[in-house]
Amino acid sequence: MDYLALFISAVLINNFVLTKFLGLCIFFGISKNLSASVGMGMAVTSVMTMTSILAWLVYFFVLEPLGLQFLSTIVFVILTASFVQLLELIIKKQAPTLYNMWGIYLLLIATNCIVLAVPLLNVENHYTFLQSIVFSIGSGLGFALAIILMASIREKLAYADVPKPLQGLGVAFIVAGMLGLAFLGFSGMM
Amino acid sequence: MSVKESHAHELWHIFSKGILEQNPIFILALSLCPALAVTSTVVTGLTMGLTVTFVITSNNCVISLVRNYVNPKVRVPVYITSIATIVTVAQLVLQAYFPVLYKALGIYLALVVVFAIILARAEVFASKNNLGRSFLDGFGMGCGFTFAMIVISAIREFIGAGTILAGTPFECTALLDAGYAPMLMMILPPGGFMLIGYLVAATKTWNRRVEEKKKLAELKGKGAEA
Repeated sequence: MDYLALFISAVLINNFVLTKFLGLCIFFGISKNLSASVGMGMAVTSVMTMTSILAWLVYFFVLEPLGLQFLSTIVFVILTASFVQLLELIIKKQAPTLYNMWGIYLLLIATNCIVLAVPLLNVENHYTFLQSIVFSIGSGLGFALAIILMASIREKLAYADVPKPLQGLGVAFIVAGMLGLAFLGFSGMM
Repeated sequence: MSVKESHAHELWHIFSKGILEQNPIFILALSLCPALAVTSTVVTGLTMGLTVTFVITSNNCVISLVRNYVNPKVRVPVYITSIATIVTVAQLVLQAYFPVLYKALGIYLALVVVFAIILARAEVFASKNNLGRSFLDGFGMGCGFTFAMIVISAIREFIGAGTILAGTPFECTALLDAGYAPMLMMILPPGGFMLIGYLVAATKTWNRRVEEKKKLAELKGKGAEA
């Protein structure tokens, strides 16, 4: 039951994008296109789970016994960045269309705050190994949910008559605010 | 214009472009996580702004100094390691001297490492320019970032809590004393998103006006020559 609560809280109540503002570069950059958003959501979820397992092991079996906790930021960044690079290579080989769509954001996902935040939060909250896995899957799915919702709205929004200064990023932010307002309703769940 | 003057003008432009013309938050829309996450009060917003200014300026200097010794193939890992080291320094200093602020910034302080703007300046500017220019560019971008943080956090704190700089000797609670009922939404996440949306629109309009004026002046100048 504890794990279920943790999972739901990570997906809905403490949604990474809409209440913690993590991964916004990708969220606004990719969400113009629904299919790319689905791909990105899945990629972020899998990368996040794998890196947080790795980071958990490194922190509790290497850094803590050696008393090197202050190095955690540097170690986590390098760990996540190299992992994302690996994923990048695989995607480049296997799905070149998706690779082309991501464009500039490929460099940015390698050092993305959403991927780095999970290991940091795992350590900060002293999650056990299983808890950290549940938390990272939940956070990843929360991101995927937010970006897919956003992309669906923005695809419709492309046909709307938006005032000129608000076109593009401006209206995207306001829509995100409204989504956030809706997600705020979940905070009463627990 | 003499050569010296145009040189000074160019340097000034390297510094000043980060403040409005290419403001990291309003125009480039990079590094938005902090702009929303730590701007519910002016104090945390300002601290984050100054930290980022420190990190981006020092990192630009470091990258500019090592730019000729780094193999282009491994440049990104080198940038990231440099940024992470500087951020760790900032983290330890804040933790030692300002523990309250350190707690308030929480996880977002460590996340300065992955702010896109810092990596972007290293890649776009510092890896191609000398020390002085890179310093000016980093400092200008940092100032633009701090400016944006102050604007956003001041509006959010003022509307959402009715105060400005609460908890410091300079706090201003005149609005609250006059019986203002704070609009809580502004210090909650959705208010932050909406405010940024309107601010992006405002800067866009401002920049378009400036450009139109420039074009008009050019046309007039041409007319006078003819």
